[in-house]
Amino acid sequence: MSGNSKGAEYWKRNLSLMTVCLVIWFVVSYVFGIILVEPLNAIKIGGYKLGFWFSQQGSIYIFVVLIFYYASKMNKLDREFDVHED
Amino acid sequence: MDLKTLTFIVVGATFALYIAIAIYSRAKSTGDFYVAGKGIHPVANGMATAADWMSAASFISMAGLIAFLGYGGSVFLMGWTGGYVLLAMLLAPYLRKFGKFTVPEFIGERYYSQSARIVAVICLIVASITYVIGQMKGIGVAFSRFMEVDFTHGLMVGMTIVFIYAVLGGMKGITYTQIAQYCVLIFAYTIPAIFISLQLTGNPIPQLGLGSTMADGSGVYLLDKLDLIVTDLGFREYSTSSNGNMLNMFLYTLSLMIGTAGLPHVIIRFFTVPKVRDARASAGWALVFIAILYTTAPAVGAMARLNLINTIQTGPIGSPTGNVLISELPDWMGRWQATGLLGWEDKNGDGRIQFYDEAGLGDKAAAYGWAGNEMTKVDRDIMVLANPEIAGLPNWVVALVAAGGIAAALSTAAGLLLAISSAISHDLLKGVFMKDISEKNELMAGRIAMAGAIVVAGYLGLNPPGFAAQVVALAFGLAASSIFPALMMGIFDKRANSSGAVAGMLTGLGSTLLYIFWFKGWFFIPGTEMAANTADNWIMGISPEAFGAVGAILNFVVAYAVSHNTAPPPEHIQHLVEDIRVPRGSGQASAH
Repeated sequence: MSGNSKGAEYWKRNLSLMTVCLVIWFVVSYVFGIILVEPLNAIKIGGYKLGFWFSQQGSIYIFVVLIFYYASKMNKLDREFDVHED
Repeated sequence: MDLKTLTFIVVGATFALYIAIAIYSRAKSTGDFYVAGKGIHPVANGMATAADWMSAASFISMAGLIAFLGYGGSVFLMGWTGGYVLLAMLLAPYLRKFGKFTVPEFIGERYYSQSARIVAVICLIVASITYVIGQMKGIGVAFSRFMEVDFTHGLMVGMTIVFIYAVLGGMKGITYTQIAQYCVLIFAYTIPAIFISLQLTGNPIPQLGLGSTMADGSGVYLLDKLDLIVTDLGFREYSTSSNGNMLNMFLYTLSLMIGTAGLPHVIIRFFTVPKVRDARASAGWALVFIAILYTTAPAVGAMARLNLINTIQTGPIGSPTGNVLISELPDWMGRWQATGLLGWEDKNGDGRIQFYDEAGLGDKAAAYGWAGNEMTKVDRDIMVLANPEIAGLPNWVVALVAAGGIAAALSTAAGLLLAISSAISHDLLKGVFMKDISEKNELMAGRIAMAGAIVVAGYLGLNPPGFAAQVVALAFGLAASSIFPALMMGIFDKRANSSGAVAGMLTGLGSTLLYIFWFKGWFFIPGTEMAANTADNWIMGISPEAFGAVGAILNFVVAYAVSHNTAPPPEHIQHLVEDIRVPRGSGQASAH
């Protein structure tokens, strides 16, 4: 790592990416799966009530996507700031 | 060939495979023993992490709990998957960069304090032993069923096998063994689910089958049919029945998520990947392999519930001939009765079995001529293992599920025992009390610690403080309240110091343990609880399983307050924190 301001900028960019991902993480599980489950259950996709689907299926799929999205964004960020390995 | 012989052959064959791998790649040095060399590919590591992670709680217990909780079972599904998002973003890459063997080592160095390290070891041991108790319940269920003995004897056989198994291999054996175990357990879990989904809905993909219409031509959605039949029998509606109040659901899920990111045997896996970027990807791959089981589980749960009800309620509800005759009960019920985990009693003397919710059905039961729920014992932990039998699937499927359940329980028990043994031999003895201990004695001490942990967990597993998944949930709460906040603050708050971390961990662990023991008995010894474990007694309806999230919040608050009111950490620690935040310069991966 070269220079403290660059390090601080890298960390800041990491934190904001993380925040976006964690907001989505929170919304699909806690908001759609728990807090708003009743209103969402009024909507049905196939035999699934939507709130029920988010809590037992949808949130899990989105978690997987989130991790790979974060990992690939971070790989790019590592290169951009020249802190990647080898 | 009869079922018992077939089960022995399938279980025996899978066992021979694991043991062969374990012996073939026996641990040769202490470094190998703990983290298998730091040279394992992310996909392989992800698969091994998934096997390590998915224990008796996920495989044997969870779908059974979902079957009876319905929507309320979602806390396990979201909680035990969402934690990987936290792990991938908040912990794994930084701990890999730090590049040591164990979680207490990180805490000891980051907080430049032996007492912080010792407190971390205590937290780790408390959480891991609780976790192993849950595994023992699952192991007992699996062994008692396939040997057709009662639960106690099944548990004892299981303990012996876990002991031999865990002492034989180190992590190196375990990493490759666990890849084999993952393949066995995921095959064993999905095959019956596919068959059952086909039978009930005509759709071979269980995740879609759960949202499909019944194959009986009625055009009714499976979930709607299930909702209707359970409410007619007085149970709560399947797709909406909440697990306590909304606050409890929220905290329960949160507790499992942050517990996932705080459990030492999971974190330790991220020390084994070659690079920091592999640590991020490994968490993703682990979750892919876990999600295959976790998205299947809700289908298994709902379909098992429907099949169980249909087995007993063979005709219209309330009709005198609407229930199954005791003389015509299917074979699987007799086999499970032998384990003591399933029981019935003909209360109204009509020669038939009624299965309903007494409080929910109220006066209607008397009008039907029913004198009480006659399924006097249905242990939730038998549902997954009994599921293929309930659905009338061929014997080889039944045998395969038994093998998968045992693989799941064994792999996790081994991983946890390893975490306990390294905490005691590496962190406590070598790190603190006997710094000049030889490698050989360190390994020996680790194995003695494993044996001790198995005996304690086995003893408490005889009268477990809940179904397997619930006991495991308690372990997650303990990890959530103690280890996760210390790790996270160590990375994200440069100002966090040793007094803050120690005070935080003790507050989190202490408050959570107190709340759990209050309702579950001191040290889980039955009869010593201070108040009945019912929603009325809980603070704001928060169950002991959900309290870990509260403990974690207390931990964060105390650690922050103490850290910011005492001297900041020394300069070199602040540099250490800056250093672990960037990937470059992580140690070279050692060859394996």
